[in-house]
Amino acid sequence: MFESLSEKLDAIFNKLKSRGLLKEEDVDIALKEIRLALLEADVNFKVVKDFIQYVRERAIGKDVLDSLSPGQQVIKIVHESLCELLGTTNSRIQLAPNPPTIVMMIGLQGSGKTTTAAKLARFFKKEGRRPMLVAADLQRPAAIDQLVTLGKQIDVPVYAAKETKDPVAVSEDAVKKAKLEGRDIVILDTAGRLHINEELMNELTRIKGTVHPQEILLVADAMTGQDAVNMAKSFSEKVGIDGIILTKMDGDARGGAALSIRSVTGKPIKFIGAGEKIDMLEAFFPDRIASRILGMGDVLTLIEQAQQSFDQKEAEKLQKKIMEESFTFEDLKDQLKKLRSMGPLENLLGMIPGMNKAMKDVKVDEKEFVKIEAIINSMTPEERRNHNLMNGSRRKRIAMGSGTTTADVNRLVKQYLEMKKMMKMFKGKKGFRLPKGMSF
Amino acid sequence: MGFLDKLKSGLSRTRKNIVERVETVLLNRTIDDAAIDDIEEILITSDIGAEATAEITGFLRTKVSSGEIHTSRDVNNALRAKMVSLLGTHQPLVIFGEPPFVILVVGVNGVGKTTTIGKLASRFISEGSSVLIAAGDTFRAAAIEQLEIWSERTGADIIKHQSGSDPASVAFDAVEAARARGIDVVIIDTAGRLHTKSPLMDELKKINRVIKKAMPDAPQEILLVVDATTGQNALRQAHIFNEAVGITGIALTKLDGTAKGGIIFAIKKDIGIPVRLIGVGEGVDDLKDFNPAEFAAALFE
Repeated sequence: MFESLSEKLDAIFNKLKSRGLLKEEDVDIALKEIRLALLEADVNFKVVKDFIQYVRERAIGKDVLDSLSPGQQVIKIVHESLCELLGTTNSRIQLAPNPPTIVMMIGLQGSGKTTTAAKLARFFKKEGRRPMLVAADLQRPAAIDQLVTLGKQIDVPVYAAKETKDPVAVSEDAVKKAKLEGRDIVILDTAGRLHINEELMNELTRIKGTVHPQEILLVADAMTGQDAVNMAKSFSEKVGIDGIILTKMDGDARGGAALSIRSVTGKPIKFIGAGEKIDMLEAFFPDRIASRILGMGDVLTLIEQAQQSFDQKEAEKLQKKIMEESFTFEDLKDQLKKLRSMGPLENLLGMIPGMNKAMKDVKVDEKEFVKIEAIINSMTPEERRNHNLMNGSRRKRIAMGSGTTTADVNRLVKQYLEMKKMMKMFKGKKGFRLPKGMSF
Repeated sequence: MGFLDKLKSGLSRTRKNIVERVETVLLNRTIDDAAIDDIEEILITSDIGAEATAEITGFLRTKVSSGEIHTSRDVNNALRAKMVSLLGTHQPLVIFGEPPFVILVVGVNGVGKTTTIGKLASRFISEGSSVLIAAGDTFRAAAIEQLEIWSERTGADIIKHQSGSDPASVAFDAVEAARARGIDVVIIDTAGRLHTKSPLMDELKKINRVIKKAMPDAPQEILLVVDATTGQNALRQAHIFNEAVGITGIALTKLDGTAKGGIIFAIKKDIGIPVRLIGVGEGVDDLKDFNPAEFAAALFE
């Protein structure tokens, strides 16, 4: 049931490859699968229809002879077209020429407006700005308390007027206060509402007309189904939006709603919410979501995270060490530390294409890393640099020092030696280069 | 407004979207494969899901080729019969056995768990049962306060600990307190959690285990709250929550929007968990018993 698209396409494209050429019928067979995959990913039916037509024209018209393989050619076209549709730039929040910049969060109930408002405030605070949060959700019980609590966590002031019943007045007063206090960003958290509730939609228009926000951001749940188009269209037409924040991307929804919303509104997706913790607001990269919608693994995220953790200079240093065969336990420890700083290993593995299925039930034992680190820490600096020093009694001492067994120490030394052997093989290979940024 | 009217008005958008569109599609047209393709489109845009859609259209195709279907009226009848049969029999939420009847409410973030609990408490109280609600969402900021407001509104007892405390111990205390006070129904709120987060799913398993320590037969009902706006991912949610704690029923919320809630067909077909309740509005009384026959009737009248 949840077989990924890449698996299905692999099967089809293998067939295509064997035929050598990308014929119209072949493209249609592949596109039938892609259509189904997009529908399963919750991309709106009409959006899918247009998209398939677009890809079909591009794929059939394309000269496939110079491509690597017909299958790869189609995947490339599909992926490119998806990226194109999702938008090519990674947008930012437009700042007002005269502060404060007013940002208004709108959306359905439960889409994550309050949490996202706080995340955005933290984002601005980290940039050195002086944000203020405004509790303009006067509908949901305890929504104000929620924002106040979140504000305390990130040390951002929250404007709340519990006695006032009118969110328009609250917003207006809040902006006045922000000006007085020299706040440069005001984030309005409005109540969740159904896009067909005329009265509440009018209320948003009134807030908009009163405080003139610089940015109106539609907060949408990444798990939204076919209805995403209706919702986005209503908010866009009745209130007007400048951008979209897609939340709950840390789940396993394929996020087809991103494509639907983007197609209907034409507005950029500016951020994605990727966790319940307040720092989990990430920039939106169309190529990654395209891969996710297609079920192809989030390769780019993996690479970027790797690049952040692995300093390029250090990578070169490591390469030199490998070339000189001077890779020591100390280097091993450094590498492990960096690998772990990239986040839980399970997440990393999930981002590798094809690993999704293989790793589905595998739980990576992070404790194993702790063990290895402990063993290396219990070695003397000399031992770390020269493994030959480690005789039986030294290994026993290391085991005791690290709370492991001699067998554990022996295993690590053996793994280290195998690693060195592999590095020697790399060295022997002509033209061997470490993948950019990845050195472990 | 009577119950059926309320349900119909809540569902009117679903109705409009499925039935009227089917009628439009079939107007002045012979019933052929192309017409059924259009029905497929209508079903898919209702989030019914590729698999359940294939079953429905396959059924219609058979009827067409066997010559049983001629008019749009025939199609509507066949469609309605098929959809009713997919939804299965009437299985409302019924309190049974030795009190307290413990309901554990679970689901992903933002589906409307706390609101559903408030509405459910109000309903049981109006039926003459005593209710205790447990503030088991100790994670989200102000979740406890939100439930406290519902407790004040409905007159239900509330058991709460501090924010950040162990939700399993809140659940345990709630069941113990209900037994001591002779309360009929305990409704336990839990923090919204994405089904992909295994530590959080483990926490849920623990809550379930600890409840059983206080009362071996409890929880008698584990209610998964599903947002009707959710697409195919709701099926994943149902699968994984079911694996973790064994879901006994589903509450489908936010049916008053334009979302069609078609995912319940896929959930019923795939996992067989009955939909017990539907949320058709923001009012306290807008939580209704889900009745497959009436649901389908409201769709096709």
